[in-house]
Amino acid sequence: MPTKNAGDLKLWQRRTQRESLFHWMLWLIGIAIFAYCWQQISASTTWFFVWDAPRIATDIWTRATPPRWEYIAQLGKPVWDTLNIATLGTIFALILAVPIAFLAARNTTPSRFIIRPIALLIIVSTRSINSLIWALLLIAIIGPGVFAGVIAIAIRSIGFCAKLLYEAIEEIDESQVEAIKATGASRWQVMAFGIVPQIMPAFAGIAVFRWDINIRESTVLGLVGAGGIGLQLSASLNVLAWPQVSLILLVILLAVVISEWVSAKVRGAII
Amino acid sequence: MLRLEKLVKTYKTGDQALKAVDLDIPEGQVLALIGPSGAGKSTLIRCINRLVEPTSGKVYLGDVELTGLSTGALRRERRRMGMIFQEYALVERLSVMENVLSGRLGYVGFWRSFLRRFPQSDVDEAFRLLDRVGLAHMADKRADELSGGQRQRVGICRALIQNPAVLLVDEPTASLDPKTSRQIMRLICELCKERGLAAIINIHDVALAQMFVQRVIGLRFGAVEFDGPPEGLTPDVLTTIYGEEDWEATIEAVDDDDDNDLEVAAL
Repeated sequence: MPTKNAGDLKLWQRRTQRESLFHWMLWLIGIAIFAYCWQQISASTTWFFVWDAPRIATDIWTRATPPRWEYIAQLGKPVWDTLNIATLGTIFALILAVPIAFLAARNTTPSRFIIRPIALLIIVSTRSINSLIWALLLIAIIGPGVFAGVIAIAIRSIGFCAKLLYEAIEEIDESQVEAIKATGASRWQVMAFGIVPQIMPAFAGIAVFRWDINIRESTVLGLVGAGGIGLQLSASLNVLAWPQVSLILLVILLAVVISEWVSAKVRGAII
Repeated sequence: MLRLEKLVKTYKTGDQALKAVDLDIPEGQVLALIGPSGAGKSTLIRCINRLVEPTSGKVYLGDVELTGLSTGALRRERRRMGMIFQEYALVERLSVMENVLSGRLGYVGFWRSFLRRFPQSDVDEAFRLLDRVGLAHMADKRADELSGGQRQRVGICRALIQNPAVLLVDEPTASLDPKTSRQIMRLICELCKERGLAAIINIHDVALAQMFVQRVIGLRFGAVEFDGPPEGLTPDVLTTIYGEEDWEATIEAVDDDDDNDLEVAAL
């Protein structure tokens, strides 16, 4: 009890004596672990490279500036590929995510003990593996190129979209669904009139949000050979063509800024 | 018209919401169901169109017994029971017109309804109903732009466009101000009269119920405690339904309010 009686006064403290002792112990242990880790990390760091870092960084900076502007002519196609990977990947993901979300949501799943766990498993498993790793796997299966990138992005996005969508489905207002049921509507009509209008804003928000993330993810897919601007980036890095690298980074930055702007506009318009 | 026989509902938690309720509603009769919260009013209404599955007992709508129907047959019978809800239960993001037309879903195939290609006769009827409740100019507004009273009017249109034989009305005025409550109750009762509809109206405002209906059922702990005309609601009766309270004020207030209301209506 944090209150105790001292004569007529009732004293109140946030924690009892035991609690505050325990609290101090936790802090002590935390600080000890931090100090130990600090020591370990500095022991295994080659400090020469660290002290050298500013000089190397300036060196790369001088080599990378100014960017090689004329190289932009060769970047049009890869940027277009990147955009397509992100967009097509998002569309495929949404097509697959919608039914999975309906199967996973507690209030719409046809079977709570068999189908729902399967849907949840699909969501977790597709979400848990990074798109770069999916791309590596898919390149081995269907060969390098844009298509592998599209599929990698699509698979990675299914879980994300389905999870957010099924949470939206579980949060709908049931009375609206009840009202549609009471008119004698069929199962599919109840879905189209009672549920879909309620989750439309969430769906649109999820779609543009994921598209925005996928633009960023698809820029690196080329590093493993799955098409897009990452391919140019890894080629330039391999030959130490720093002015090209800096131009590519600028282009990626621009693409991401534009995609953020577009998704913010779309979300604003829908919600 | 509508007959309940020994209707029982026991929830999974063991709560007995309805204890063998018997009720017979003739054609065209408007009936108010009163009772304290938790008396089983909502459950009773929902057991009729099986939004809540009754545990046992029978419900007859005309000659059809509802509790034993298959899903498809139940859907066909639900078309004959219009329902009006406490919080309106309109689909907020659809337009007023779409909400009204959704009352026809039981009659229209999936693709036609999905593409919003309802038969012209349905659209005509929707406009007629909206005009009747004074909302013809609101047809293209989104449902969430409307005020409470307007939304409930749309809810009424949605129930009526089903061309029902009976109206199930669940606390139609609980979210409305006193004046709008009366207007809505009056509208429901007028429409029932025009169309010869039977109706069960759940309502917790005793005074409002007395004003508009021909018959009152008092429910307490899932059993019928009172069944009679509104004048029969004496302080003693209200005490058996709701428990001890000074009821004189409530009942007197009814008459006063009634006069005022008539004046308001005349204006």
